[in-house]
Amino acid sequence: MANLNILVNQEKTEKKGLGNFLNGTAAQKVLAFAALIILFIFFSLASEFFLTANNVISIILATCVNGILALGVTFIIITGGIDLSLGTVMTFSSVMAAVSISNWGLPLWAGCIIAVVTGAFCGCVTGTLISKLKLPPFIATLGMMMVTKGLSLVISDAAPVYFPDKTPENPSAFVFRDIALGNGIQFGDVVIPNAVWIFLAMIVIASIILNKTKLGRYDFAIGSNEEATRLSGVNVNAWKIAIYTLGGAFVGIAGIVMASRLGSAQPALGQGYELDAIAAVVIGGTSLSGGSGTILGTVIGAFIMSTLTNGLKVMAVPQQWQTVIIGGVLIVSVLLDLMRRKQKN
Amino acid sequence: MSDKLLVMEGIDKSFPGVRALDHCRLELNAGEVLALVGENGAGKSTLMKILTGVYTKDAGRIIYKGEEVDISSTKVAQGLGISIIHQELNLAPHLTAAQNIFIGREFMGMGKLFVDDKVANKKAQEIFDRMNLDLDPKVKVGTLTVAKQQMVEIAKALSFESSILIMDEPTAALTDTEIEELFKIIKDLKAKGVAIVYISHRMEELKKISDRITIMRDGCYVNTVNTKDVSLDEIISMMVGRTIYHNPRGSSKNSKGEVVLEVKNLNRGKTIKDVSFKLHKGEILGFAGLMGAGRTEVARAIFGADKLESGKILIKGKEVKVRQPKDAVEHGVGYLSEDRKRYGLTISETVEENVSLACVEKFTKYGFTNFKTITQLTNDYINKLAIKTPSSRQIVKNLSGGNQQKVVIAKWLLKDCDVLIFDEPTRGIDIGAKSEIYNLLSELVQEGKSIIMISSELPEILRMSDRVIVMCEGRVTGELAIEDANQESIMKYATNREN
Repeated sequence: MANLNILVNQEKTEKKGLGNFLNGTAAQKVLAFAALIILFIFFSLASEFFLTANNVISIILATCVNGILALGVTFIIITGGIDLSLGTVMTFSSVMAAVSISNWGLPLWAGCIIAVVTGAFCGCVTGTLISKLKLPPFIATLGMMMVTKGLSLVISDAAPVYFPDKTPENPSAFVFRDIALGNGIQFGDVVIPNAVWIFLAMIVIASIILNKTKLGRYDFAIGSNEEATRLSGVNVNAWKIAIYTLGGAFVGIAGIVMASRLGSAQPALGQGYELDAIAAVVIGGTSLSGGSGTILGTVIGAFIMSTLTNGLKVMAVPQQWQTVIIGGVLIVSVLLDLMRRKQKN
Repeated sequence: MSDKLLVMEGIDKSFPGVRALDHCRLELNAGEVLALVGENGAGKSTLMKILTGVYTKDAGRIIYKGEEVDISSTKVAQGLGISIIHQELNLAPHLTAAQNIFIGREFMGMGKLFVDDKVANKKAQEIFDRMNLDLDPKVKVGTLTVAKQQMVEIAKALSFESSILIMDEPTAALTDTEIEELFKIIKDLKAKGVAIVYISHRMEELKKISDRITIMRDGCYVNTVNTKDVSLDEIISMMVGRTIYHNPRGSSKNSKGEVVLEVKNLNRGKTIKDVSFKLHKGEILGFAGLMGAGRTEVARAIFGADKLESGKILIKGKEVKVRQPKDAVEHGVGYLSEDRKRYGLTISETVEENVSLACVEKFTKYGFTNFKTITQLTNDYINKLAIKTPSSRQIVKNLSGGNQQKVVIAKWLLKDCDVLIFDEPTRGIDIGAKSEIYNLLSELVQEGKSIIMISSELPEILRMSDRVIVMCEGRVTGELAIEDANQESIMKYATNREN
């Protein structure tokens, strides 16, 4: 009898576990993750070039910039806000890094810090406009997008700024290009470049901040019910500024990775990246109305986008059609999420 | 004087164009329940917001535990042990119960860097145990019923070790059994020396729960009385500054007119089960029941706001298909939601725009709208329904609850609706305006309109209805002629007790 009881109890807990699994936020991640797996299977069957170590690495590498941007904007979207200035702030950060290294002769590490500080500062300004001065996030960040786009061109004299590269005299020097493309760790023939490790570190950091710190807690609280949070004695304005600043710091890091991959800062580039990042967050199941969202979801969302792009490219689908398909995926994924929520209620 | 826990005196507060409080006062003893009453706009909420640091006072002083205090923010008030449970629930639905309770005061583990939910869950569980509340601290607040959410709010207030607890309309969304639970908790708190300020429009409750009553009117202090020394009528006349007579409508003679609306075997999931009834011309059909009995769902289904799974709707004997609200409106059915601000009004628009919202087409020819006629007709209705507004161009947000309700009524009257479904017509409306709404309903049926009135206030059902339908768990469990209806008989059907 005792054994039987244990069995029954086990079954009960299992059922409960499974129930929670399917109903909770986990379901969203499972759905997105399943979609990613299906994409992988589909492209593997469609093209023999897809599932090779090098191609998978190139998918991951292609995810890095958009992924880091998406991580940062996840915090902002959870508050119920939006950041349209991601792309151009990223460019602005990379231009600042390039100018400070190439034109002012600062060391590499100082250039990187300047990039992160630039991003964080832009985030701080938008955060202040939004929280203290009550500008709608859409407008504040639209303005910031145009301001930084212009500033990038002003500071760089509207021309690409190149980083110092390896010289024949010193071929083993660590140059800016190595930050992202340097050989991180090798597994046999497979080289996983630094950018991937930076991305991984950012995922871990973002996840800890969102789930374990006050900032993360207030992030959800503000998005869920801002007034209640304020009335609970939380300094909502200060935390909002902190959240936008954090988002900006992520953008600065994305700027370093981007510039490092290109070996230069391209002042005319950047616009459009914000929408890719927001799309990744939304595909990952974060609600644009705020209050809910996960880092894992965002990461999966970013991978779905880059996998699609890569896979379609490998299958030789023309670029124009790639964009059409990704747009369709965005719409379908949000529709699926809506249907799931409706069912739950 | 020194034994008073709290004394507020000479409190002034003005907003642009309005003097909200004029030399207001309030005294509170430890371990008592003080009811704070007054019509909407009397200044109760403003006074409490000053006490809790949401607003700052223009003049006056607050003496708390014998010392003058300056309550400059909500945080200061919480630190002093003054907590409020707001009328609109102030919880973050995506956070858990424990996270909500300790928001702004998170327990930090690991070098003060990371929040520690385990401690929070444990502390929350302790508070729930103290309240005798069966609730999991880890459950997301958004998934709880309104009543349970309210309990979470109370737990939050308790977690501050408050000496003063302010409850603003705590029972507005609760069922009778839940109210009993709440009262039990209030009595426990009282015994522990907590002073409670209790704001409510439900007079019967005040009699039951309060020790003393402070009455306010038009931003001024009127009087404070011992609850057991006064009658409800006396309190009400102090509140409104005049005597209001309650004459029941009495059974109406023309209640057996033709059937204007009939529904047969309506079904929709768990919320509506096999509901059938008839509505006659010129009658008020009361819908009684507890929260969640399915009354609002039936109304929304008839109005086409929610899809039906099965069932027939007949208007004046003819079966009609109602797929969306537009269909219902075209058949002359108007629905006045319990949540006016969300579903009934475009709150930032003018009276005129709201009144004409449903029938702009009627006044539009060749794509041009005749706004002159609309203004004229709106003014007619402002006069007819005695809507207190400076003009038809006033923004609806600035009107009182009662006048907002009249604006919604005017909207459906202008649309020539014959069947009006009122969902909680007097929720959040002060007692003076309530009788105006009642008179208006009586006039409407005398003019031959037919009314379905959903209400959770039994006195309202008994006073206004010609017939009463009682629902419980999605079913119609009873139908009573008004002569046979009383609180007991209705509650019997509402709880579906078979005795």
